[in-house]
Amino acid sequence: MSIRERLSGNEAAATAMKQINPDVVAAFPITPSTEIPQYFSTFVSNGTVDTNFVAVESEHSAMSACIGAEAAGARAMTATSANGLSLMWEMIYIASSLRLPIVMSLVNRAVSGPLNIHCDHSDAMGVRDSGWIMLFSENNQEAYDNLLMAHRIAEHKDVLLPLMVCQDGFITSHSIENIELLEDDKVKEFVGTYKPEHYLLNSEEPIAVGPLDVQAYLFEHKRQQAEAMRNAKKVILEVSKEFEKLTGRSYSFFEEYRLEDAEIAIVCMNSTAGTTKFVVDALRNQGIKAGLLKVRVFRPFPAEEIASALSHLKAVAVLDKADSLNAAGGALYEDITSAMYIAQKQVPMINYVYGIGGRDTTSKEIESVYTDLQKIVSTGKLENPYRYLGVRSK
Amino acid sequence: MPYNLKEIIAEKPVRFTAGHRMCAGCGCPPAMRMILRALHPEDHAVVSVATGCMEVSTFIYPYTSWTDSFIHTAFECSAATMSGVEAAYQSMKKQGKLPQDKNTKFLAFGGDGGTYDIGLQSLSGAMERGHDMVYVCYDNGAYMNTGIQRSSATPHFADTTTSPAGKVIPGKMQPRKDLTEILEAHHLPYVAQTIGVNNFKDLYEKAEKAIYTEGPTFLNVLAPCPRGWGYPTDMLMQINKLAIDTCYWPLYEIENGVYKITYKPAKKLPIEEFLKPQKRFKHLFQPGNEWMIEAFQKEVDDRWEKLLQLEKATSEPNAEAK
Ligand SMILES: Cc1ncc(C[n+]2csc(CCOP(=O)(O)OP(=O)(O)O)c2C)c(N)n1
Ligand code: SF4
Ligand SMILES: [Mg+2]
Repeated sequence: MSIRERLSGNEAAATAMKQINPDVVAAFPITPSTEIPQYFSTFVSNGTVDTNFVAVESEHSAMSACIGAEAAGARAMTATSANGLSLMWEMIYIASSLRLPIVMSLVNRAVSGPLNIHCDHSDAMGVRDSGWIMLFSENNQEAYDNLLMAHRIAEHKDVLLPLMVCQDGFITSHSIENIELLEDDKVKEFVGTYKPEHYLLNSEEPIAVGPLDVQAYLFEHKRQQAEAMRNAKKVILEVSKEFEKLTGRSYSFFEEYRLEDAEIAIVCMNSTAGTTKFVVDALRNQGIKAGLLKVRVFRPFPAEEIASALSHLKAVAVLDKADSLNAAGGALYEDITSAMYIAQKQVPMINYVYGIGGRDTTSKEIESVYTDLQKIVSTGKLENPYRYLGVRSK
Repeated sequence: MPYNLKEIIAEKPVRFTAGHRMCAGCGCPPAMRMILRALHPEDHAVVSVATGCMEVSTFIYPYTSWTDSFIHTAFECSAATMSGVEAAYQSMKKQGKLPQDKNTKFLAFGGDGGTYDIGLQSLSGAMERGHDMVYVCYDNGAYMNTGIQRSSATPHFADTTTSPAGKVIPGKMQPRKDLTEILEAHHLPYVAQTIGVNNFKDLYEKAEKAIYTEGPTFLNVLAPCPRGWGYPTDMLMQINKLAIDTCYWPLYEIENGVYKITYKPAKKLPIEEFLKPQKRFKHLFQPGNEWMIEAFQKEVDDRWEKLLQLEKATSEPNAEAK
C-alpha cells in the first residue's frame, strides 16, 4: 500500500510539495531550508509538477509573490527559515489579514544575531501572533503528514488562514529517517483541488484586495480573523481524523506520551519530543511516573485541552527552544501557565529555555529536568521557575 | 487603436472611476485613467498598487475606483506581488484552469518612493525574471502620502520636509536618480518616460506599447503634485508643459535598446521657467543662490545632451553599421 522510503526532513517536505503539485512556489534560499526549493526546482525542470516556480530575489518578495498568486486564485507555497522569515514579517501579517491560505514549510533556525544557522524556535516564536496556523513536527514523517493536511485545514471555508509547518533545522531537516509515503493519487484525492470563491483572475467578477481599512472597519476585520483561528481548531481535528482513516497515523492538537498516569511531565515541541520519549521510557523502567505532552498545534493554541491534559500532574516543566527576553519566561511556558490559570488548575510549573542556536540537548539533560520535577514534588517548593538547560553559567 | 483623443474618450470605458480622494490639481489620476484606457476593451486587467497617495485614496474600504481586479499589499512590493499574480496566471492558464479565450493584462503601479527607493529591489527582481507585466512609476518627486519627504527622485535643491531649505543646508543636496536608465540596464523590450497631462498622445501610445509588448516593460510618468511642489492647482497643464519644454523631464522611449526622443521642444526653455512657479524651489531665487540655478541648468543640459547622443548612437542606421 504505502511506500516505504528513507528521506531527510527537507526531502520529506519537498516530496509532500511535489505530491500537492501547487500552482506557484516562490522561495529564496536560506540554510537549513534551502534544499526544499532546490529539490522542488528539479521537479519543475523535469516536468514532474505543473508548478510555476518563481525564483524571487528575497524572502520579502517570496511572500509578496505568494500573496499575489494566492489572491489570483492559485495554490501558493514557500519554504524558509530564520532571517528569511524575519524579512517576510511585514507580508506574513498581510497574508493572514487577506485570508489567503498560503502554506509554508518553516525549517526552524535561530534568528540573528549574532548569526547562527542552527536550530531553535526563535523564528517561529516571532510570528506566533501573526494569524498563521502553526503546526510542529517531531520528525520527517510528521513534517510530511502535516504538509499533506495543510491545505485541507487552511482552505476550509470557515478558516481561510495561512499555515506553516515547522520542523527542526538540521536535527530533522538534514537527518535521513524511515518514512511512509502515500501514493501520488491518494495525496491528490485527499488534498483535492482549490476552488476559491473570489479571486483576481476571475474576469467575470473583478475584485479589489487589500484596502485602506479605517477605524470604522479594521476592528471587525481583525475580529473575523480571530474567529477563523478559533474555527481552525475544529477543522484541524476533522482533517486529522480523515487522515488517520487514510494512513492509520493519528494526530490531534498534541500527543500525550505516557501522560495519563504520569505524575511529572515535560511539555515541548518538535524533535526534542523524540529524546524526551526515550527518557520517559527509561524512567518508567525505574518506576518513575514520567510523561510527555508534545504540542503539535501551537496556533490556534489549544489552551483548554492542554490545561485539562496536564491538570492531574504534580509538577510540569515546559521547554522553550527560544528565549523571550522578557524577564518572565518563554512563549510556550507563558501560554501554558495562563491556560492553567484560566482553567483554575493549580500545578507547579517550571520553564527551561534550552537548545538555543543549535545547542545539543542530551537525554541526560532531559533526565535532569525530571529530577528537578521530582524535587519540586517532594519538597513542595518551586523556586526560580524561569531556568536554563545546557547553558554555561560563565 | 490609433490615437484620437475624442474617439478614445468616447469609445473606451473608464476603468478608473470618479469618487477617489486624490487632491484637486494632482497629476496622478488623469495619467492613470489614460494608461488604463490603452487597454483593449475586451481584455481583463489586474492592477497592483504600492502604498502611497494613489493607493490610499482610491481603495478605501468598502469603496474602490478600480473596475478591474485590484490588489494592494504593501509599500515596497507592488512588483513582487504582481509577479505572483502573473506567475499564477501562466501556471493556471497552462493547466487549463482559466478560460483560454480571455486575456488578462498585468499593471503594477508605484510612487517614486515605492519604486526608486524602498521598492527598487522588488522591481528589479520582477523585471529580471521576465514577468509579462508593465510597471508604471508615477513620479511626484517625494513621499507625498506621508507629508512630502525627500526621495531619491526628488530634484536637486528641492525643499521637502526631510530636506528642508535651512540656513546652512539649502534643500536636497543630491541630484535625482535616473530610474529610467536603471530599468534600461535590465535590457527590457520596452522602457519609456512620459508625462501625465498635456501630452496625452505620448502617454497613451507609450502605455499601449508597454501593455502589449510581451515581457516586462516599464513606464516612468511624471505626475506633478500641487501640495508637494507648491503650485496653484489650476496650473497642472502648464507645469507639465514646462517640465518637457525645459527638458527637465525628457519624453523618450527605448525599444529593444534603441532610443527615441518622442518630443523635442522647438525652443528649449531655461530651467527657471519650470522652477519659478513652485514653492519648493523658492529659495533658489534668493540673491546669492544663483549658483543653484546654474548647477540645476547644467544637470538638465548634461542629461539632455547625453540622451541626444544615445538616440544618435542607437538609431537604426548606426545599429546596423555595428
Ligand atoms: C515599510 C513601510 N515604510 C514606510 C511606510 C510609510 N509610507 C507609506 S506611503 C509612503 C510614501 C509614499 O511615497 P511614494 O511612493 O512616492 O508615493 P506618493 O505618496 O508620493 O504618491 C511612506 C513613507 C509604509 N507604509 N511602509
Ligand atoms: S498629495 Fe500630491 S500626489 Fe498626493 S494626492 Fe495630493 S496632489 Fe496628488
Ligand atoms: Mg511620491
